[in-house]
Amino acid sequence: MAAVAHPQTRTSRRYVARHFRRAGPLTYIFLLVVVLLSLFPLYWSLVVASHDNAAVSAYPPVLTPGHELWHNIKRVFSSGEVNVNFWTALLNTTIVATAVTFAVVFFSALAGFAFAKMKFRGERVMMLTIIATMLVPVQLGVIPLYIEMIHLGWLNRLPAVIGPNLVTAFGVFLMRQVIVSAVPNDLLDAARVDGCHTARVFWHVVLPAVRPAAAVLGLLTFMNTWNDFFWPLIVLSPRNPTVQVAVSTLASGYVEDFALVLTGTFISILPLLLIFLFLGRQIIGGIMQGAVKG
Amino acid sequence: MRHRLRRLDVKASPYIYVAPFFLIFIAFGLFPIGYTAWVSLTDRNLLDPVTHFVGLQNYTDLLHDSYFWNAVWNTLAIWVISTVPQLFLALTLAHLLNTTLRARTLFRMCVILPQVTSLVAVALIFSQLFSKDYGLVNYVLGWFGIHDIYWEAGRISSWIALSTMVIWRWTGYNALIYLAAMQAIPDDLYEAASIDGAKPARQFFHITIPMLRPTIIFTVIISTIGGLQLFTEPYLFEPLHYGATGGSDRQYQTVAMYLYEKAFAGSQFKFGYASAIAWCLFLLIAVISAINFLIVRRIRSAV
Repeated sequence: MAAVAHPQTRTSRRYVARHFRRAGPLTYIFLLVVVLLSLFPLYWSLVVASHDNAAVSAYPPVLTPGHELWHNIKRVFSSGEVNVNFWTALLNTTIVATAVTFAVVFFSALAGFAFAKMKFRGERVMMLTIIATMLVPVQLGVIPLYIEMIHLGWLNRLPAVIGPNLVTAFGVFLMRQVIVSAVPNDLLDAARVDGCHTARVFWHVVLPAVRPAAAVLGLLTFMNTWNDFFWPLIVLSPRNPTVQVAVSTLASGYVEDFALVLTGTFISILPLLLIFLFLGRQIIGGIMQGAVKG
Repeated sequence: MRHRLRRLDVKASPYIYVAPFFLIFIAFGLFPIGYTAWVSLTDRNLLDPVTHFVGLQNYTDLLHDSYFWNAVWNTLAIWVISTVPQLFLALTLAHLLNTTLRARTLFRMCVILPQVTSLVAVALIFSQLFSKDYGLVNYVLGWFGIHDIYWEAGRISSWIALSTMVIWRWTGYNALIYLAAMQAIPDDLYEAASIDGAKPARQFFHITIPMLRPTIIFTVIISTIGGLQLFTEPYLFEPLHYGATGGSDRQYQTVAMYLYEKAFAGSQFKFGYASAIAWCLFLLIAVISAINFLIVRRIRSAV
């Protein structure tokens, strides 16, 4: 909503850390409390996952990890004890998230390029439609989409969770904003004068220029797809689930088995935690950049 | 010939580049949205091969459906008690992060970590923390003489528990967005103010907040759209006993859950009725967003 920041000005803004506002001890204390509260639930899932259920119901509660993690993990993966095939779930989610990520980034860059640097009829109407649909809740289209899935024969199959997610309005919007500022018109003109046709311009000029933004869009898309629950819950069955559906199925068993449920939960967040550990800086950059641009 | 090809390239390219996106977007995005409107005017049911046009019948039924109004009320209540503290907390957090800090990146990473956690994980971890007998929340409250709250059973207590989940997951995200906007405020504004003798608190209320107005509007709208669609946290609050009904007394059933209940849960497949719910949800989001926009827009004049 705010004005689009030109990439050059971002670096110069770094020094802006207000010289007259140093963080005092109170600031650190407050921030530390927030950090502890942010981390605790995740730590807690590990604590519960590494005990048996007797320890979970102990009084006073046990606050440190135990030795049962491996045992619990084996319980999650042995489909004999629970009716969830966790290996299938992990594999499914990996396939879906990877496919969706590449498709979203590629299609968004293509369309974003056209919206940013080309003139054509209907451009404004299309862009407005895209922005408007970003404000529409997913639930609005869910029922016809389900009917479509029946007709396509995709129910309970992975295409049902891949197909509808292949493109996002947000992706196109983001890539358009990025390409407007990151790809100078002179460069495009020069490439055209040299006789490049549009496809080559896209491949050799636009794509390299937007690579950082594309990586961020990819990361965010991957995380969103990995974490998606509402739509997979509707179209997939517990026999061929995504990780989120599998974990929720663990939780809706017959007995209260917190150790099992939170072990599954812990496994389901672990891949994203690892990605975050290595690429957290980029993710933060993406979110903050999107805020200024969005 | 070459010239012709070039003109064709310039003319046709934009459509070719937009086409893959738009074809998929129309098929799975735009068309379903429009088609929901039609389905909502019929008595379509997956189990019944014959569909009749019923006009506005679904909507009039909905207006007399106490479960629906219960869900609307729950959704709004949970949304208010999760969004208002969350945005204030985020603003404070951003203000504190916007200082010369040691380990800046580490703080930011920790703050945004909940956002990486899936809704399912949040719901299940917090359900355990809030469980009546062995939950850590009740244990800690016990130190203060408050014993054995049955969080899921009470109306207000369940709303508080669910709001806690939302607050936990989204505060850091909003804080980072505010932080980005704060760093974009030109330094001269603050310098001029300090020369005029304005204290930091005054600067915060008279420079930072008004300059953040577009961003605050953005976060409020985003929180409205997201918050009113609340589904996963309440759906998995008591996964063992209740799914889409939201508790024994529907005390925390949201509109999205009611839609799910009518359309998919328990094999009801009342697609016509559920489509009407979907449109009402959309309407609710639009109205509340508009109201919020009008309120937040006044920030500049109010301060």
